[in-house]
Amino acid sequence: MEPPPQPKGSLKVADTVVGENPDHHASGEDPNRRDFIHIAAGAAAVGAVGALAWPFIDQMNPSADTLALASVDFDLTKVALGQQVTIKWRGKPLFIRRRTEAEIAAAVADDNANLPDPQTDAERHKPGKAEWMILIGSCTHLGCVPTFGGGDFGGWFCPCHGSHYDTSGRIRRGPAPLNLAVPDYEFLSDTTVKVG
Amino acid sequence: MSGHSTYEPKTGVERWLDTRLPIIRLGWDSVVDYPTPKNLNYWWTFGGILAVCLMIQIVTGVVLAMHYVPHIDHAFASVERIMRDVNYGWLVRYMHANGASMFFIAVYIHMFRGLYYGSYKAPREVLWILGCIIYLLMMATAFMGYVLPWGQMSFHGAVVITNLFGALPIVGEAITTWLWGGFAVDNATLNRFFSLHFLLPFMIAGVVGLHIWALHVPGNNNPTGVNVKSKADTVPFHPYYTVKDGFAIVLFLILFASFLFYNPNALGHADNYIPANPLVTPSHIVPEWYFLPFYAILRAVPDKLGGVILMFGAIAVLFVLPWLDTSKVRSMRYRPTGKLYFLIFVLACLVLGYCGGQLPDNHVIPGLSTFTLIDADLNSMVWLSRLATLYYFGYFLVILPLLGLTETPLPQPESISTPVLSHPASTPAGATAAPEKKG
Repeated sequence: MEPPPQPKGSLKVADTVVGENPDHHASGEDPNRRDFIHIAAGAAAVGAVGALAWPFIDQMNPSADTLALASVDFDLTKVALGQQVTIKWRGKPLFIRRRTEAEIAAAVADDNANLPDPQTDAERHKPGKAEWMILIGSCTHLGCVPTFGGGDFGGWFCPCHGSHYDTSGRIRRGPAPLNLAVPDYEFLSDTTVKVG
Repeated sequence: MSGHSTYEPKTGVERWLDTRLPIIRLGWDSVVDYPTPKNLNYWWTFGGILAVCLMIQIVTGVVLAMHYVPHIDHAFASVERIMRDVNYGWLVRYMHANGASMFFIAVYIHMFRGLYYGSYKAPREVLWILGCIIYLLMMATAFMGYVLPWGQMSFHGAVVITNLFGALPIVGEAITTWLWGGFAVDNATLNRFFSLHFLLPFMIAGVVGLHIWALHVPGNNNPTGVNVKSKADTVPFHPYYTVKDGFAIVLFLILFASFLFYNPNALGHADNYIPANPLVTPSHIVPEWYFLPFYAILRAVPDKLGGVILMFGAIAVLFVLPWLDTSKVRSMRYRPTGKLYFLIFVLACLVLGYCGGQLPDNHVIPGLSTFTLIDADLNSMVWLSRLATLYYFGYFLVILPLLGLTETPLPQPESISTPVLSHPASTPAGATAAPEKKG
C-alpha cells in the first residue's frame, strides 16, 4: 500500500512529534540544540577518556620511591691506580676508574682526533681530578656493559655490537652514537665522591 | 560464518538454543560444513597447528604463573624451583619454552605459504593484515616471556630491546624510562612484563578469532590461486580437513616431543641459566633463534636510528604487501620468474637468521681476509647481512611491484577441478598434473 504523499520537509516518522524534524535542517544552517547536545556529549566523553588515559599511562613512569633512590656516596680509597671499580647506581653499572698517567696522556693526545661526539678529556672529569674518570657503564648504543681493556683505543669495548671507547670513554668506532655518559657527581672530600 | 547456513537443528533443545544463541550453528558452519577447496596441500595445515600451539602456550603458561614469582630477587629461583621441586614443573616449563619455538616454526611456514601462494592478495588483504598483527603480538609476547626467568640473556636482551626505543629522536629517552619504570631494567620492568606476558596471549586469541572470521568470508585460497568456481571445487571441512589437519598436528607434535624429551635446551642459550647480573654483559649476546633475522638487519646498519628503523620496517613492509605485489596471478606455481625470486627471498631470510647468530666481524669464508669496504671486511657477517637485508627489502619494494607488470605468467587452470579432471580440451599447456580418476 502506498503511503499518502507528504509535503516536502514534513515528518514521515511518527505523528507524535509536532513541527519540523530538528535533524532535517539543510546543510549550512545554524546548528540547532540537538547538534549542540551531540557535540557536547561527544566532547565530554572524549575528554573523560583522555583524562583517564593519562593516569594509566603515567603509572608506568618511575614511582616516587624509585626516584628517591637517586644518589650514592663512594669511598675512593678503595680504588688503586690503574684499577676500575664498578658499582650499581640507579640500576645501571657505574665505572669509577683511577687512570694512570699514560691513560690520561693518551686521552688528552686524542682531543683533536676525529671524534664522532667531540669532547676534550678535560670536559669529562672534574678540574684537577684527571685521575678519576667516573662514567655510566652503559653503552650508548643499546645499553650493554662495555669491558675495559678490549677494543682498539685502549679504553672500553662493548661486546654486543662492537663499539670502541678510548681511555676518556669517548666513542671512537662502532654503532654507538655518543660518548659514555658522565653522571652528575661531586667530590665531598678528596677521598669521597657523591654521585647523583 | 558467512554465506548460506546449512545447519538444521535436530532436537528441541537445539532449536530452542538456535533462536537465542546460534552457537552450534556457528560451529557447524565454521568447522563442519565449511566449504573448503579440495586441493589444499599440507602447507595449509599450519593454521590448525598454530591453533594447537596457542592453546598449549596458554594452558602451560597459566600453570607456570601459579608457581612463578615476578620479582628480581625470586624470579630465577622460582623458575629453578619449578624445574626441580614442583610436580611435573620441568615438563610444563619445557613444554612452554619449546612450545614458543614450535609456535614460531609453524608461523614462519604459515607466512611463507601465504607469500608463495599469494594468499595476501584481494580479497584477503584484511586476513593477511590480521595475521601480521598476530605475528607482532607473538613477538612482543615471546620477548617479554624470555625476560621472566631473569637470567643473563633475559636481562641483557631486555636491556638491548628496550634501548632500541631510545634511538627515537627527542622522545626516545622518555619512552625507555617509561617502559622501564625506572632508570634501568629493574623490578618494575619485570613486574609489568609478567603482567603483559599474561595478557597478550588472550589478545592473540581474540585477533585469531578475527583472522578466522576474515578467512571464512572469502574462503580459503588454494595452491592454484584460482577462485572456487562451483561446489565441485570444494569439500566440507569435516571430515576431509579435520582429518588432514589432525594428521599434520600429530606429525608436528612428534617433532615437538623430540625437542621436549630429548633436547629441551637445544633452542635456548646456556647463559640464561646464570642469574641476571646488571654489571656484566655476556660476551656474546643473541636473541632467541626466531628473532635472529631481525637482529641481523639491526646490526647491518652502522647507524643506531637507521638500524632500528630498518628492523621495524622489515615487519611494517608486510602490512602493505597486498598493495606492493602488482601481479594478477596469485599462486607462484604459475609465475616461473616470481618463483625463483621467492626462493631467493627464503634463502635471504635464512642467511639473515644465520648472520644474526654470528659475531658481526666473523668471516663468512673462514680464514680469508679480503679488503675493508667502508667499515668492515667484505668477507664478514656484517656485509653478508647487508646483502641479504638489501634483498629482503628489494623483494618487497622493487621485485614484486615491477615483476607483476613485466613477467609472463604460465596459463592458469580455469578452475580448481580442471587440472585434476580429464578435460583434454581445456587442460592448459602448463598443467602437467596427471588426470585423477577419483576426482
